[in-house]
Amino acid sequence: MAIRPENVRRRLRAEKRFRFYGVAALLSAASALVFLVSTIVSSGYTGFYRTTLKLEFDLDPRRLGIETPYTADTLRDGQYYTAVKHTLYALFPEVTGRADKRMLAKILSPGAALDLRQYVIDHPGQIGQTVSMEVPIASDFDQLYKGNLPRTGAHTRLSEAQMTWFDSLVDRGLIEYRFNPGFFTGSDSRYPELAGIGGAITGSLFTLLVCLLLSFPLGIAAALYLEEFAPDNRFTRIIEANINNLAAVPSIIFGLLGLAVLLGFFGLPRGTPLVGGMVLALMTLPTIIISCRSSIRAVSPGVRQGAMALGASPVQVVFHQVLPAALPGTLTGTIIGMAQALGETAPLLMIGMVAFIASVPATPMDSSAALPVQIYLWAESAERGFVEKTAAAIIVIMSFLILMNILAVIIRSRTQTKVE
Amino acid sequence: MQNMNSTCFMNDTTTANGVLVRDDRLTAVRAGDAPKVAASNINVFYKEKQALMEVSIDINSRQVTALIGPSGCGKSTFLRCLNRMNDVVDGCRVTGNILLDGEDIYAPKVDVVSLRSRVGMVFQKPNPFPKSVFENVAYGPKIHGLAEHRTDLEEIVVNSLTKAGLFEEVKDRLHDPATGLSGGQQQRLCIARTISINPEVVLMDEPCSALDPIATSRIEDLMWELKENYTIIIVTHSMQQAARVSQRTGFFHLGSLVEVGKTEQIFQNPVDTRTRDYITGRFG
Repeated sequence: MAIRPENVRRRLRAEKRFRFYGVAALLSAASALVFLVSTIVSSGYTGFYRTTLKLEFDLDPRRLGIETPYTADTLRDGQYYTAVKHTLYALFPEVTGRADKRMLAKILSPGAALDLRQYVIDHPGQIGQTVSMEVPIASDFDQLYKGNLPRTGAHTRLSEAQMTWFDSLVDRGLIEYRFNPGFFTGSDSRYPELAGIGGAITGSLFTLLVCLLLSFPLGIAAALYLEEFAPDNRFTRIIEANINNLAAVPSIIFGLLGLAVLLGFFGLPRGTPLVGGMVLALMTLPTIIISCRSSIRAVSPGVRQGAMALGASPVQVVFHQVLPAALPGTLTGTIIGMAQALGETAPLLMIGMVAFIASVPATPMDSSAALPVQIYLWAESAERGFVEKTAAAIIVIMSFLILMNILAVIIRSRTQTKVE
Repeated sequence: MQNMNSTCFMNDTTTANGVLVRDDRLTAVRAGDAPKVAASNINVFYKEKQALMEVSIDINSRQVTALIGPSGCGKSTFLRCLNRMNDVVDGCRVTGNILLDGEDIYAPKVDVVSLRSRVGMVFQKPNPFPKSVFENVAYGPKIHGLAEHRTDLEEIVVNSLTKAGLFEEVKDRLHDPATGLSGGQQQRLCIARTISINPEVVLMDEPCSALDPIATSRIEDLMWELKENYTIIIVTHSMQQAARVSQRTGFFHLGSLVEVGKTEQIFQNPVDTRTRDYITGRFG
């Protein structure tokens, strides 16, 4: 039978159309992603920077209200806030009224006094000298400088006078705009200009560590048993079906379980990475078991038979041949499970990792925040300054996730080239 | 002598279910050996389905015995009984007796692991471990504790590779992944791996079916050399291969061993009509 030319044309048109739909779908997905990333980055990158005010401090012991001997304890009791305020007032001799002075002092962040105190404690030898220091300014002025806060209109909380004073500081070259290392080392604060994600990162790392230590060995052991040793009967089939179901359980349910069992029954400390890691381990176990099982299943049966025919015992077959061959796939699955756990918020809310913690945890037994929960907390905050902090924290967590996924891809592609 | 004659007489009969065992055991007797492997009345069931029916065969020491027959006739199933690889198949049941040097390999006290170290196996598809060439051959000696020192291990690996005719080709890449070798090299590596633990019997399950003719002829040459030291049982689809490499041939059909005898006799003067039909290409 001869092929009619119009049929050929129709087929070619259909192919073209189909390819167009595919490309269009891909482009729209890609542009949505680009839009998402660019909004976050554009509103978040200023969160890594801060504005500081350069002041000349006269470290006169009387003005600081400190007494000899100069030890950390006595130095801690100084009147640093007053000292910082008066240093600022000195720059504006024309401001005299009490109310005006109070308005002027609002340019300063509470962190300014803390920084000065820390400086004095660290350098008692400098007492009596005059030192130049850059101290943080209040978030509203920081936002004003970054252009995130409108100068006019109902949104602004700053008075005309405050803006004039601030502009004069800018004109005098006393305002500096710098990278803010405190964002990575500090922890949560009520003042946006002082808030950092150091505590949350540490908390998340501890949580992931606990999660990994629990779920990796348990997941591999369960997967190995189910794939290699378990008899095929109703009981194991029920277990398998339930593991698959468990992967689809909403994560907040795991949080409730942690709340009821780990906190309520076992009385483990509330809001700690220990409990958070245990809950997330429960949540990631199904993911890890499923991916481990599929990578174990992907090991060619020939490898098993070959080892068996050499007189390897079943345990030797599994641990000498099957597991090493399946390990890359297993690791990939585990990393993806960990990435999932890193981004998980709901179960951590349930077990109380949502508290305001203004210190960096030292052990997994300390109350702590976690990255996603920190983002959640900041996103709820009313202060304008937390908007960029939220976006900056999102950039950080996304970078971690991308790094983990890249690691997984590298491991996968390495082993693929090796097998080829 | 009297005794041997009677054995011979008994063997030259037809068993209960009509398998003609025209086996001149005299060849074996003359060589001064009892059969290396003696299987009698083997039945294999996969769940309800019977895959082998009353198979009885003697395998002579230091010879190549070929098992031929159409697909699904049970020859591979029988081969896998000899090192109990069927044990791990769900629902597989084996009845009957298989004696290796006079000892029942299905006896309860037999340790499967030590049995398999005496009866090695080469599979249809080359199945090197996803490790280096060296590690592939060294694995068996390692788990059986055959080498005390690294140098002993290296010696075993080199010897096995040399015996398998592979050493010259891979001596510069002993530590490269075995999966990078060609199919024929991989299969010879698997043979080297099998003989590294010095088994008495080597089972080969269609070892050349995944290989090109050149690689096939290398492995056939290898079998000629290996039979000096090992008892080889090969399952093959290719009748030409059976004729080339084996001294004795057994023909399986529909789960039964139809006929077994000297290779020349099976190919030139088969007794059973089914054997003749298969040999002449009328079916299968």
